[in-house]
Amino acid sequence: MTAKGIVHKYGDNVDTDVIIPARCLNISDRKELASHCMEDIDKDFINKVKPGDIMLAGFNFGCGSSREHAPMVIKESGISCVIAKTFARIFYRNAINIGLPILECEAASEAIANGDEVSVDFDTGMITNVTKNETYQAQPFPEFIKEIIDANGLLNAIRKKQ
Amino acid sequence: MGMTMSQKILAKKAGLASVQAGQLIEANIDLVLGNDITTPVAIEEFEKYGFHQVYRKDGIAIVLDHFTPNKDIKAAQLAKRCREFANRYDILHYYDVGAMGIEHALLPEKGLVAPGELVVGADSHTCTYGALGAFSTGFGSTDMAAAMATGKCWFKVPSAIRFNLTGTPSKWVSGKDLILHIIGMIGVDGALYKSMEFGGEGLRHLSIDDRLTVANMAIEAGAKNGIFEVDNVTLAYEKGRVERPFEIFKPDEDAVYEKVIDIDLGALRPTVSFPHLPENTKTIDEVGDVKIDQVVIGSCTNGRISDLKIAADILKGHKIAKNVRCIVIPGTQQIYLDALHAGYFDIFIAAGCAVSTPTCGPCLGGHMGILAEGERCVATTNRNFVGRMGHVKSEVYLASPAVAAASAIEGKIANPEKY
Ligand code: SF4
Repeated sequence: MTAKGIVHKYGDNVDTDVIIPARCLNISDRKELASHCMEDIDKDFINKVKPGDIMLAGFNFGCGSSREHAPMVIKESGISCVIAKTFARIFYRNAINIGLPILECEAASEAIANGDEVSVDFDTGMITNVTKNETYQAQPFPEFIKEIIDANGLLNAIRKKQ
Repeated sequence: MGMTMSQKILAKKAGLASVQAGQLIEANIDLVLGNDITTPVAIEEFEKYGFHQVYRKDGIAIVLDHFTPNKDIKAAQLAKRCREFANRYDILHYYDVGAMGIEHALLPEKGLVAPGELVVGADSHTCTYGALGAFSTGFGSTDMAAAMATGKCWFKVPSAIRFNLTGTPSKWVSGKDLILHIIGMIGVDGALYKSMEFGGEGLRHLSIDDRLTVANMAIEAGAKNGIFEVDNVTLAYEKGRVERPFEIFKPDEDAVYEKVIDIDLGALRPTVSFPHLPENTKTIDEVGDVKIDQVVIGSCTNGRISDLKIAADILKGHKIAKNVRCIVIPGTQQIYLDALHAGYFDIFIAAGCAVSTPTCGPCLGGHMGILAEGERCVATTNRNFVGRMGHVKSEVYLASPAVAAASAIEGKIANPEKY
């Protein structure tokens, strides 16, 4: 599996309250919910983002609440992959459970700039910066997690086994 | 190789003789929890994937606490979805308005968590129950759907940081000050993916309410769970609440920790966390002159009876400052009743506070006390992120109920020691 797109870059400790504010959590329509994605730190994100684009951040991305609405709106907005130095653990498992690929890679997070074009190979963990002609190596998913991502989410994976 | 408390519980629930940090396992859960925001998403997934049965009708707790009593029509729709699901599957531990409290205050009170149990919940503060020696951790709605259907959950076995507590805390230092101090020391990702395990001879000075507050905020250091050794204080609390047999897990003598941190409770000071991260802590002696507009006393962190007691002790005979709103929110219906009978409401209302039915309300910027642009609030809650309690340019300062009550009186962040 691969992804390719333009990078939207953010800093450290991007929390779930800015990814999708609690005031929006009474919305159950996914499209409407996604229209609020990142609005408290990047009002323009939702207008800029194109299907396949990649989100990049520093340490502890997705800290805060357990709301699955956070990876859900990122996926819904068209983002194909999130790369960060580290992820908050509930965000990490939520992203995997809904089939949003995410990778931890400090080198990529340092070197890639906002607006760079980047491609990712999830089988090898190789991240390629097309704009700068550089590559960075992330850990590929362990088999257990790969099964969930490949099935496009935990419940699909459970259903497959039953 | 020796195991930590968390590792021992996970091994047992996975049916394995031992586990190691980093290992991926599947374990049987004892209870899965959801609230009015996360459960509807879980229900949607549960139904979309064609599940028709829950694993155990007494193994699920659904608590409508975030936007209830329904704050608007959309919230009412979400609550209705939970109610219908709970009725259809005959969910035993379903708590609606009139019975509900803030989930993490309610479950321990109702005896739904015992030492050694494995509790998961679609709410990040599910880590609260580690106070009782359980392994408990937050996850998302898809996890909740899977857990409701199968009674199982996948885990990556965490490594641990051990906190050895010594000394005796002074009267004005509470569990809140301890955990804020720790987060200030290790940072908001200082325990990322790890367990925070608490023990040592200082433990006996921490009440269950204090421990619940500490474990509650383990997630604010990025931890997977916070867990306390079980002692007589734990057993006294569970007596009369938990009838079923439970198992006490102690860490192995040779358990491997990533780090061991000693904390002298006697050296701690009342501590405040400044915007916009819980790690931005200052002791009460360093806070300077910070004028405030609102005080919130409540939440799953500090809405228990001992929290209301200390606030009432301080507010007794005082009026809150002009131009300050003070909102008091008991955590559960039982706490509400106990506070009422103890006369705390007379004190709060005479001082000029508003007292609310249990709800998360302002803690997550839901309702019941949203901040306007530029406003500042001292809150006994657990998060002070940008926009957490309202406008993106409002500010939340995290503190203990004692500091919050003193601040309400003075209209600025204040030291409770003189009251
Ligand atoms: S009181 Fe606040 S932190 Fe606790 S469960 Fe409710 S919203 Fe979450």
